[in-house]
Amino acid sequence: MAISRRNFLKCAALTAGGAVLAESPFVRAGAKAVIKKDIRYVPSFCEMCFWRCGLIAKVEGDRLVKLDGNPLHPQSRGRLCAKGQSGMGLLYDKDRLKTPLIRTGKRGDGKYRKASWNEAYSYIAEKLTKIRKKYGPESVALFAHGSGGAYMGNFMEAWGSPNHSHPSYAQCLGAREVAFTLTFGQGPASTAERYDMANSRVMALFGSHLGENMHNSHIQDFVDGLGNGTKLIVIDPRYSTAAAKSSMWLPIKPGTDIALILAWINIVIKEHWYDHDYIAKYAIGFDKLKEEVKHYTPEWAAKKTDLPAKQIVEAIRELGRYKPNVLVHPGRHYSWYGDDTQRGRGLAILNALLGTWGRKGGIWLPPKVNLAKLKKKIKYPKPKRDSLAYGDYPFSSAGITTEVRQATISGEPYPIKAWFVIGTNLMKTMPAPEITRKAIDNLDLVVNIDLMPTDMVMMSDVILPAASYLERHDDLAVVTQKNAGIAIRQPVVNPWKDVKPAWLIANELCHKMGLGKYVEYKTLEEHMREKAKLWNISYDKLSKVGYIAIPDSYHPYITEKNQPKFDTDSKKIELYSSALDDEDMDAVPRYTHHREPPAGSFRLIYGRSPVQTFSRSINNKWLWELKNDNEVWLNADIARQMGIKNGDKISLINEKGAKSNVGRVKVTERIRKDCVYLIHGFGSTSKRMTMAYGRGIDDTQMMTHYATDPICGTNGLRVNFVKLLKES
Amino acid sequence: MKHYAMVIDQSRCVGCMACIAACVQENQVPFENFRTRVLEITKGKFPKLRTEFRPELCNHCDNAPCVMACPTGASYKRKDGIVMIDRDKCVGCKACIAACPYDARYINEEHGFADKCTFCLHRLKKDLEPACVATCIGKSRVFGDLSDQDSEVSRLLAENESRVRLKAAGTKPRVFYINRYPTKK
Repeated sequence: MAISRRNFLKCAALTAGGAVLAESPFVRAGAKAVIKKDIRYVPSFCEMCFWRCGLIAKVEGDRLVKLDGNPLHPQSRGRLCAKGQSGMGLLYDKDRLKTPLIRTGKRGDGKYRKASWNEAYSYIAEKLTKIRKKYGPESVALFAHGSGGAYMGNFMEAWGSPNHSHPSYAQCLGAREVAFTLTFGQGPASTAERYDMANSRVMALFGSHLGENMHNSHIQDFVDGLGNGTKLIVIDPRYSTAAAKSSMWLPIKPGTDIALILAWINIVIKEHWYDHDYIAKYAIGFDKLKEEVKHYTPEWAAKKTDLPAKQIVEAIRELGRYKPNVLVHPGRHYSWYGDDTQRGRGLAILNALLGTWGRKGGIWLPPKVNLAKLKKKIKYPKPKRDSLAYGDYPFSSAGITTEVRQATISGEPYPIKAWFVIGTNLMKTMPAPEITRKAIDNLDLVVNIDLMPTDMVMMSDVILPAASYLERHDDLAVVTQKNAGIAIRQPVVNPWKDVKPAWLIANELCHKMGLGKYVEYKTLEEHMREKAKLWNISYDKLSKVGYIAIPDSYHPYITEKNQPKFDTDSKKIELYSSALDDEDMDAVPRYTHHREPPAGSFRLIYGRSPVQTFSRSINNKWLWELKNDNEVWLNADIARQMGIKNGDKISLINEKGAKSNVGRVKVTERIRKDCVYLIHGFGSTSKRMTMAYGRGIDDTQMMTHYATDPICGTNGLRVNFVKLLKES
Repeated sequence: MKHYAMVIDQSRCVGCMACIAACVQENQVPFENFRTRVLEITKGKFPKLRTEFRPELCNHCDNAPCVMACPTGASYKRKDGIVMIDRDKCVGCKACIAACPYDARYINEEHGFADKCTFCLHRLKKDLEPACVATCIGKSRVFGDLSDQDSEVSRLLAENESRVRLKAAGTKPRVFYINRYPTKK
């Protein structure tokens, strides 16, 4: 099964050697392991993505040799995905950041010198002090993703800036959280969504390509559902993996989902598929909703969506027939067209009408946990100026990266002069990287705390190398599946070289800036122990087993005694949103027509590979060998017309003339004629990422244009049109 | 005597490649070589399509061409059905690679012997399932003993229509494919 017989140094073998790897601890530790051979099994939880599955690490001597799923942990159930299995690829990546670096050349030209931690901190301190003096402490902004964000958030609080932002909000699931909070008073997830797919009789997926986005227990539930006979309806312009498992595929015209949703709502009401008792008991605004949607006929939706009216009706009747044990899957990545909160509202309303919230096969109720909070020993100063990261949107519920970026360029409402970035490759997460670059040019200080020399890291003035999830503690995690429980992250091996965990970096920065009084703990573990004690959990046991369930927390379904609470203004499910009405926004979603690609152009849509986490993992050699390129999916008929064959070299060019790397075409029947598809995260511009550099096409680079959701400020990223250029 | 076999339910495979990663790590498979893979094969014309996800690995054939082709006796069939390679006897001549109709083997370039899936024999000895089975996110892969009538593999083959790859080749594979088995309660 030799896909390629390229002779490559076998890094993982005990016998490996050679000059190239002489630096690698893999080899050094490996050599030691031969002598010692003491084998330990250490439980922890994963951060190859953000599902946070429980894992068990097999460690020989100092060397991590295998990662497996922790059977106790409900998000892994003894299994790990390809990413989780390949954690060693990150831990022992020879391109990892090994020491603090300070920029010596111009931003972006990749010239750095090695520095000690103290030098790096001093550099930061000098710049920060100047910035504070001239512009105030609020002129420092944070962009964060992952566990480390919380600690740097503490640093920001201590420092006195309210400008935290998260790409997971504006570039991903923000609109869903807002939509469901407006409707049900809370979102359908914390980290892991509460979708009862294993028990769904019928499930509809709107563009949610389960299986290609690999979130472990989510996919286990999805497939268990299929095994239980779930009837699957997939709405997607692309015949995704999930579509391949469906009994009904609706290849919708991109950007018209709301038309389909409105027609479905109308049919559910008109044909009385809705759960009458449930609506009467828990919801308000039914009559207004009914009035608003009555003219959205299947024929109207058919015209908008390019789907047969008959199929539209059939699909929703199937959901209605088996209500309430059905799910209109709310999805995860929402940043599509700029009216995403309204699409989310539509999906939330459908779930409400079908009575799925708190029902078997629908959306289970959160587990009941009552964990005491540690008494805050410190009180952070109150920033003098309000956060600018929330922008001017009535319902923005977290910091918006693109707002911070805009303020950095305009200096309005006040200047932003320093960026701290942790765990997010902003050049690949925010649309229009050329605007990001412009903002960066306006900064007096850019600091990145990360593991790999990503595109964004290479824009830094100071690079601080972080310990990976396999080398550090992180705060105790409250896991909320149907049961709640506590999980521990702890070092499975000693940290590599001169890297530090994010919590320590944040604390040391506080000390350096004279903010030592805001440092809560000397070691994170001491803080974790204190919490475990407060929660009546044996820390020592936890560190041996990895996960401890909280008893009596399982209350997933509505019963007489287990009633749902809706934290909306009315304390009911709001089919008609008075909160939106108060802001003069559509209280019931309306259809907006989105621009369509001109002749010869295609809408660029993007997605995930099950073996890659955005651009984070693309230099991991064990994942690289599974997926190291992202072909452009092109409809077979169109390809024939254009004279393009499968595997041909092409590049993309968008309306503003942005041109991509050269990549390859996948000619396929599995996509509509009006769009092309790419896996997100490829096309690294960082030469220090030796595996990933220049591989594949960067979809973000093609997103010079983006829409903005007027309700909550999140981005719409599927609004760019591209042409294909043949390359030789 | 045990009679090992694998049953793969293609309807439960989502092509996530966790099996491949688990195999690579468990067996220290050389970079860019694989002992298992997952094919994604689409048939039909838009929008009437069908995509098959097909995990493939060594079939541990009862009538194994690799064993017959091996000039040194390095490739052999164990009594429990697993086809193995004696690395000391293997001279890396690639006769087995040419003989295998399933492209299941590769040469370990570093050490010069042919290599392939062993059903994770080292794990079986510790009562563990093969790594690919243990981590399969969709529980698409099921492993067990066909000589035990009550084993899950026996039950699945009794209850479902099954297929093998290239049946006409007469190799008698021990990896069986089915479509749809229910989630265990």
